[in-house]
Amino acid sequence: MENRLAQRLPQMQHVNVKLLLRNPEQVDLEPLIPVFHDWIRDQVGEGLLLDVADYRHVDAGPGVVLIGHEGNYSVDNTDNRLGVRYNRKAALDGSNQDRLRQAARAALIACQRLEADPRLGEKLRFNGQEIEIFINDRLLAPNCDATREVFDSDFKTFSEKLFRESEYSMSYGSDPRGLFGTSVKAARSFTVTELLEMLG
Amino acid sequence: MKVSNELWAEQLSGKLPEPLAREIDIFETEVTLRKQGKLDERLFAETRLRRGIYGQRYDNGQRHDGRKVQEIAYPSGELTKGPNTMWDAPGMQRIKIPGGGLNTEQLETMADLAEEYSDGIAHVTTRQDFQLHYVHIDDTPSLMRRLAAAGITTREACGNSVRNVTACPYAGVCPDEVFDVTPYSKALSKFLLGHPDCQNFGRKFKPAFSGCSQHACGLTSMHDLGMIAVTRTENGKEKRGFETYVGGGLGAVPYQAKLFDTFVPPEELLPLAQAIARVFAARGEKKNRSRARIKFLIQDLGIEKFKELVLEERKNLRPDPRWTEYVKDAEQFREAPLRPGGKRPLLGSESFQRWMKFNTRPQKQEGYVVVTAALPLGDITANQLRALADIARRFTKETIRTTVEQNIVLRWVSQGDLSELHKALDAAGLGAPGAESIVDVAACPGTDTCKLGISSSRGLAAELRNRLAEKSFQLDESVQNLHIKISGCFNSCGQHHVADLGFYGVSRKMSGYAVPHFQVVLGGEWDHNGGSYGLPVIAIPSKNIPEVVTRLTGLYAANKKNGEKFKDFIKRVGKVELKKILEDLARPPANPSDRTFFSDWGDPREYSLSDMGTGECAGEVVSAVEFDLAAAERELFEAQVKWESGQVEQAGTTAYRSMLRAAKAIVKLESANVTDDPGQIVREFRARYYDTQKFFDPFAGGKFANYLFAAYEKSNEPYTPDSTRYLIDEAQLFIDAAHSCYNRVGTPASA
Repeated sequence: MENRLAQRLPQMQHVNVKLLLRNPEQVDLEPLIPVFHDWIRDQVGEGLLLDVADYRHVDAGPGVVLIGHEGNYSVDNTDNRLGVRYNRKAALDGSNQDRLRQAARAALIACQRLEADPRLGEKLRFNGQEIEIFINDRLLAPNCDATREVFDSDFKTFSEKLFRESEYSMSYGSDPRGLFGTSVKAARSFTVTELLEMLG
Repeated sequence: MKVSNELWAEQLSGKLPEPLAREIDIFETEVTLRKQGKLDERLFAETRLRRGIYGQRYDNGQRHDGRKVQEIAYPSGELTKGPNTMWDAPGMQRIKIPGGGLNTEQLETMADLAEEYSDGIAHVTTRQDFQLHYVHIDDTPSLMRRLAAAGITTREACGNSVRNVTACPYAGVCPDEVFDVTPYSKALSKFLLGHPDCQNFGRKFKPAFSGCSQHACGLTSMHDLGMIAVTRTENGKEKRGFETYVGGGLGAVPYQAKLFDTFVPPEELLPLAQAIARVFAARGEKKNRSRARIKFLIQDLGIEKFKELVLEERKNLRPDPRWTEYVKDAEQFREAPLRPGGKRPLLGSESFQRWMKFNTRPQKQEGYVVVTAALPLGDITANQLRALADIARRFTKETIRTTVEQNIVLRWVSQGDLSELHKALDAAGLGAPGAESIVDVAACPGTDTCKLGISSSRGLAAELRNRLAEKSFQLDESVQNLHIKISGCFNSCGQHHVADLGFYGVSRKMSGYAVPHFQVVLGGEWDHNGGSYGLPVIAIPSKNIPEVVTRLTGLYAANKKNGEKFKDFIKRVGKVELKKILEDLARPPANPSDRTFFSDWGDPREYSLSDMGTGECAGEVVSAVEFDLAAAERELFEAQVKWESGQVEQAGTTAYRSMLRAAKAIVKLESANVTDDPGQIVREFRARYYDTQKFFDPFAGGKFANYLFAAYEKSNEPYTPDSTRYLIDEAQLFIDAAHSCYNRVGTPASA
């Protein structure tokens, strides 16, 4: 039985990508609520958009979440690191690079829209350098060395494509209870548009 | 949804208690059968509800976007998980936590599940449960398996079953308790879970335990079965027992539990509960949900007759060894500290001192305290749950409980550790002071996620919390200790009836638009296990509720007499005067172009625009219907004042008249010539609004119309204090429903 399970693990599904924001203390999350409601009304994001959950009252929490069927969008403050996050919920076909690219594109496009929305007063801006990638499933990807060995090359391949012209550093979370993931920091700053172009 | 769903059964094979594993396997099969169309949607709905899986707002595939109702194109198309409930719509998973007791592994499991299946938040409810929102039905079997592996079940967390057995979270450590009720709540919970005699109820059944009669923590007065610890001396020996109450409940019309027995010994606890369950299952209403709680059965039979039936049933029960085994096993329950007791710190920052004042309470065991992590709106993040698990391991032997005030407490904390523990909580964002104070506002999910929500209870709670947190420590001491509780509708999940300041959501029409409102409920008592219930005074637009709180608390601080409690102050000032003080806040805004007034807290969409017609503002013309409904409310208020002054008969008559007036107002929409004859009003109302279902609430159906019919049928009978109290509540709900009906059906017929 263990062998059968072991053959199927780890897997890269339910990829989360979070783009860290510049000057997070200046970002007011309240105006996000009408913005996300408009996204639902106009169904502008990727996938079916359903509802808005407001968790501003919680310290270092998910912030304001736009609930979707295939994936959630949020401006998330987990670990007191404010960022635009895409959480892929539905399974995705393709290679690991395809799955990383899908989640990154969704997060970048969301960030681009938010940066352009005048209701946010031009205060919500990608910091240009830092992204976090998680796999939101502890069975498919437990946070341990074995998972890291399997996915490290995928993350590197992806980061090299994303930050093509720049050096970058990668670090992994150490709490085995946390989600498996990595923080990637580019040596130079990129705009969201530049990163979208790199992704192709 | 999760790719890992097909792997968890294998991963956890052999790690789940066999009955739970089997139970979850069965449910997973039912999921498959439903997807194949081989299981009826109604049956599937009941089976998922009994496993704690509720629907959530918009699961009917429709959502008002602020301009119009949009259809939601869920990928699974027409597949449903119950009548009018789309398969792919996110739902809520309720998780039972008997007595609120948790260990650190369970906290960490909750964290993982919140992160992987929900939106990163776990929510503590007013009945010590956890809830996860936005969960896909396909994920629920895996979620349940992971819970079961940690020793938690969702079985009978919803549905017509025995719900979570709650207990005072301070049981065993409270200096004022008679004895520790924890073992008995565990035994009852274990005994009733899945019991064959509890599978045929017409509605839910909620038991609760309290270690004393004076505090609120157990809220036994508002439960179907309430047990309060008492002792008596027999043959020179002190013997434990329970003062036992039945038939309490909040809901639309709240009932105080009635005394069943002054002393039920522990060995009789389980058989008595079984006998009560059997009488409820056999005699309780099954068809009419709105009359199916045990409180109605007891009201109809009378407590003495009910008791007679139960005792007869008890006599005939076949002896079950579990009655004593479970109790004896549970009585082995012991808690112990991790660290030696210490002395309370005398020094510390101002915020630490405030935290100690509100968030710690001494235990009866010297040197130890209970510490409360105050959760805003009952919410806690996955990371906070893990941090709390770490803290619990560091300072205690995992003695953790959830509370009915939607918080989590750590018991057996050495006073000598308070400074370090506060630092650790603070680092996790859980060190805010103000637990169980006016800042610690309790709220049900309301329109955020609940299908029944009328107004945004959480939005209002968050707003009040923000405003009060800024100034709460400058407020008068008596005001700091008040309780605010908010429900998004009349169903009382926020327990508004037992708050000092209670609010429940209603809608009203103003300037031609639907406007979210809250009824202001005053006169409730939190102490004495929810000792008395408040009554609605006036409906105020949602956006004006913070001002209501400011005015009432200011008035209390300035005018209370020595030691006067808020409830007594409300009674002394009188509701007539209080209504006058708030009346201006009930009026439409001077400037209707300020659209924020027409939306709710935390939700910028204009509130229910489906009845706007052409979209033109209907101007300031107030229809005759609105005048009539306002008059009905005024009349009902008079009834309430009369009831409180002891004029029972007049109060009953006036409340009945207010219902007739509201019914007539609605009838006039279609037939301007209706007279004042009660018979004609009721006949016309029935034909035009009940038989056509136009008056039906989307979820409660004809419940509120039935209140009118019952009041009409009984109008020649004398009114008693109890029946009048219920009639006043029913009349309020009927008038609220009339407002909603008017909002739905729109403009009056031309006369």
